[in-house]
Amino acid sequence: MRSKRTDNHSWRKIKSALASTTAFVSAILVILPLGLVFFHLLVNGINSVNWDFFTKLPAPVGEVGGGMANAIVGSLELLALAGVIGIPVGVLGGVYLAEYGSARINSVLRFLADVLNGIPSITWGVVVYGLIVLRFKSFSVLAGGLALGLIMIPLILRTTEEVVLLVPNGYREAALALGVSRWQTIVHIVMKTASKGIITGILLALARIGGETAPLLFTAFGNRFWNHSLTQPIAALPLQIYTYAISPYDDWHRQAWAGALVLVTGIFCVNVLVRFLTRGRGAPVA
Amino acid sequence: MATPEQRVREPVESVAQPLASSEPAPKLTFEAKNVSIWYGQKRAIEDVSLNIISKAVTAIIGPSGCGKSTFLRALNRMHELTPSARMEGTVLLHGENLYSKTVDPAIVRRRVGMVFQKSNPFPTMTIGENVICGLRLNGVRNQKFLNERLEKSLRMAALWDEVKDDLHKPGTSLSGGQQQRLCIARALAVEPEVILMDEPCSALDPIATAKIEELINELKARYTIVTVTHNMQQAGRISDYTAFFYLGRLIEFGPTTAIFTNPTERQTEDYITGRFG
Repeated sequence: MRSKRTDNHSWRKIKSALASTTAFVSAILVILPLGLVFFHLLVNGINSVNWDFFTKLPAPVGEVGGGMANAIVGSLELLALAGVIGIPVGVLGGVYLAEYGSARINSVLRFLADVLNGIPSITWGVVVYGLIVLRFKSFSVLAGGLALGLIMIPLILRTTEEVVLLVPNGYREAALALGVSRWQTIVHIVMKTASKGIITGILLALARIGGETAPLLFTAFGNRFWNHSLTQPIAALPLQIYTYAISPYDDWHRQAWAGALVLVTGIFCVNVLVRFLTRGRGAPVA
Repeated sequence: MATPEQRVREPVESVAQPLASSEPAPKLTFEAKNVSIWYGQKRAIEDVSLNIISKAVTAIIGPSGCGKSTFLRALNRMHELTPSARMEGTVLLHGENLYSKTVDPAIVRRRVGMVFQKSNPFPTMTIGENVICGLRLNGVRNQKFLNERLEKSLRMAALWDEVKDDLHKPGTSLSGGQQQRLCIARALAVEPEVILMDEPCSALDPIATAKIEELINELKARYTIVTVTHNMQQAGRISDYTAFFYLGRLIEFGPTTAIFTNPTERQTEDYITGRFG
């Protein structure tokens, strides 16, 4: 006959097994969508990812073939422009929050940045539509880049602030005690120590806006041809995927799958790069 | 007979007496006059007047929270980095008021170097870059000059022989004691007139401590040194003058031998003999 004590013991064992199984299943559920999405994209898109896809313009309706060269270049162009706007403002703003300002004003700024981070991205598209597109009566690269850049600013601002705050105060004091000026200390000691974390924040923000479609709908608009001017509409990968996916043509659907595969792979590569950068010793990271 | 509390409130007029009265009065590096410092509402230092003698080691001793670090940091305006800090009184460096409106704190700190309790070599820099970074960030570009100063500073910090082949390695790769000497070399490289040390040995083992103490003894031929220490024996070993702080006030100041063998104040005696603190 088993004593009450051993019964208790086995019940505890069961509870423990139950808990670890639940945790394991949850972990699988987290990874599963990523695996499914990637698998699905691979199955549907891999056949259409070929040399033409990367080098040719979209084919006219009814013709088979063509590619998304203009959309790929367009996306890179938009990201570059967004970076020019978003990186300096975001990084310098984050440094300001961490190094300057009074506690009260900073907590207000921090709150506002968090609110901005929560604004649906299509809102940014509408705002820029009102500010730029209506005024200049044209969809344009500039408008698309600005919309993406505005989304980047609060993202980069918050990550920069966090990693700059992680830099131990001893380094600031050591530099200041050498008679180094405040801004030199911030640029050459604090930001250099936090540089890995700052770069990580920038890359993650780029990866995030790389897949944005909504803010481009009323700004960059899309284009079936090469764009040669910052004031003209431009194609972007997410936009092209959207246009092709809602079309009635099978060939365009295949192209949309290929586009999605390329986009997801690109963003995946950026994330791997971030992992790679944040490895290694010393400096604090996000 | 005054109670200890009353004694604490009595202001202490303390200009150090020369070691022997026949010698000429020693040159003064700092003259602090009626210095009071607040952090917000809390008064950390109360009406301290103290003269620091040139080319000698002055130790500041006292129990935790007595304001000794705050006073030290007032000598190169480092306490101003605490946003709530407020100061009254004057500090003269070779007769010049450090707190006059026209004086840039960065210039003060170039003349008055500082070594901290926790060694803090910059983690993004090599050993060599750490030493000359103060010069570089202040705009010195001449590579020959930088190399000379690099070797000179490391030699003065008694670290050259240990690291001369590893100058390109990260500063954080050194041992704790070596890191602290690297920080001393870094402070020496900008050629200050004074070196302040805030418990420079408290994180080190006895052997590393002995090396730093030896170094302090060598450096006093060229520099005025003010050091804060928790360790009474250390104050006795390395310093020429000792200031005893208690509850934000300067209780007693004088030649170290006098303070340790024949203190005039009861509290000093109690602290030194280990009755409190």
